[in-house]
Amino acid sequence: MNLTLKIWRQKDAQSSGSMQSYAVEGISEDMSFLEMLDTLNEQLNERGEEPVAFDHDCREGICGSCDLMINGQAHGPEVTTTCQLHMRSFSDGQTITIEPWRAGAFPVVKDLIVDRSAFDRIIQSGGYISVNTGSAPEANSVPAPRDKAMRAFNVATCIGCGACVAACPNGSASLFLGAKITHLGELPQGQPERMGRVASMVAQHDAEGFGGCTNIGECTAACPKEIPLDVISQLNKDLRDALRAGY
Amino acid sequence: MTAVATSTLVRGARASRSTITLKIMMAGSGALFILYVLAHMYGNLKAFSGESAFNEYAEHLRELGQPLLPYSGFLWLFRAALIIALVVHVYAAVVLWKRAQAARPVKYEVSKRRNSSFSSRTMRWGGLTLLLFLVWHLLNFTIVKINPTGGETNNPYQLMVDTFGVWWMTLIYLAAMAALGLHLHHGTFSAAQTLGWTNTAASRTRARTAGWVLAVVVAGGFSLVPLFTLFGVID
Repeated sequence: MNLTLKIWRQKDAQSSGSMQSYAVEGISEDMSFLEMLDTLNEQLNERGEEPVAFDHDCREGICGSCDLMINGQAHGPEVTTTCQLHMRSFSDGQTITIEPWRAGAFPVVKDLIVDRSAFDRIIQSGGYISVNTGSAPEANSVPAPRDKAMRAFNVATCIGCGACVAACPNGSASLFLGAKITHLGELPQGQPERMGRVASMVAQHDAEGFGGCTNIGECTAACPKEIPLDVISQLNKDLRDALRAGY
Repeated sequence: MTAVATSTLVRGARASRSTITLKIMMAGSGALFILYVLAHMYGNLKAFSGESAFNEYAEHLRELGQPLLPYSGFLWLFRAALIIALVVHVYAAVVLWKRAQAARPVKYEVSKRRNSSFSSRTMRWGGLTLLLFLVWHLLNFTIVKINPTGGETNNPYQLMVDTFGVWWMTLIYLAAMAALGLHLHHGTFSAAQTLGWTNTAASRTRARTAGWVLAVVVAGGFSLVPLFTLFGVID
């Protein structure tokens, strides 16, 4: 496959960037999208040009590092992460536009790499359960209803990639926030800190500069882990409960 | 690049100052508007019962609650509640709109919608359209009472018949009802979601259905009177 790539190039956080066109040749349809970019970078290296910087780590679809806006869709046309997207989803001769996640809370570090530490600070604000360290407690001593455990498990698959923010016209991180709140709120261990958790995580979300949710659902369509929109309802319900409890 | 540091964490978080609280205020005021448009639409349909029934209904609204309340007392209490709700609704919308713009300072070169409905994407401009319509509507029927044919203005029924007898006035009202239908279609679902009532797939479907029903019933119900007046059934 021969492709034309239009890629956002930006030297560093201070510089202003622009879209650059690259022709890339000899792409196999069995390559992953990131392998296609590796091929481009090899060609750039041979020509003595600066390779395109992009985030990646496990390349197995589980770490949440890769984060590309491909032809206007977060992680491209398939419901998966960019690393698990294959070139057979594209056609020979196609022009592919590749941009970084666009959000005030995710500043561009270089080219296609954005700083997603805002998510880390949201987790630091309460996305955990405070327990004493030591030997693991007996698992069956805290019963969890199966339906709640399953819901918690399903939304715990959120890998924090930020596709929800990238796809949201409001730049809101509500789906990420909702996934974390639901995950911890459905389990018995999450109950003691439940009210304070939602108040401080939402406050951190707002302070980072993410937008408000308008419930339009672009986030859930972009989510590689298919986190459902009802986690945002759960988030709103928990915040309402926290309001009533005086948090 | 900012390193992860505890010094950047928010201290003294208050749930009441969050964007979600703004959304809850928006949902609450929107719920009042839904009740109001349903009652307003019911009153409008009195036009099909003729001039006396329509004007009596308008007069009866002023006598509601008497003698406990003064003449027009209930009407003014209701108007006060609506004005407060409107201020809250618009304030929250403006704050969240500005926030959303700041949250995406650089636009995408290419942007593709996957999942959002037309109604959800037109909430802000559609809301602004409704606000402008509201100003005209109040000038037309309540505050100034503008009769486009230059006829009588103190007879509510005649004012209505004269207004909707002008084709472009009917067109303005129908366009406004289309905007209202769209606003209700997404607004109803969004309010339910914001209030945390859509935690299951079934309740989410119910909220979406409620949005459809309200949009069709309210926009459709309101459109009947202008259409039937324009075509001379109501005269």
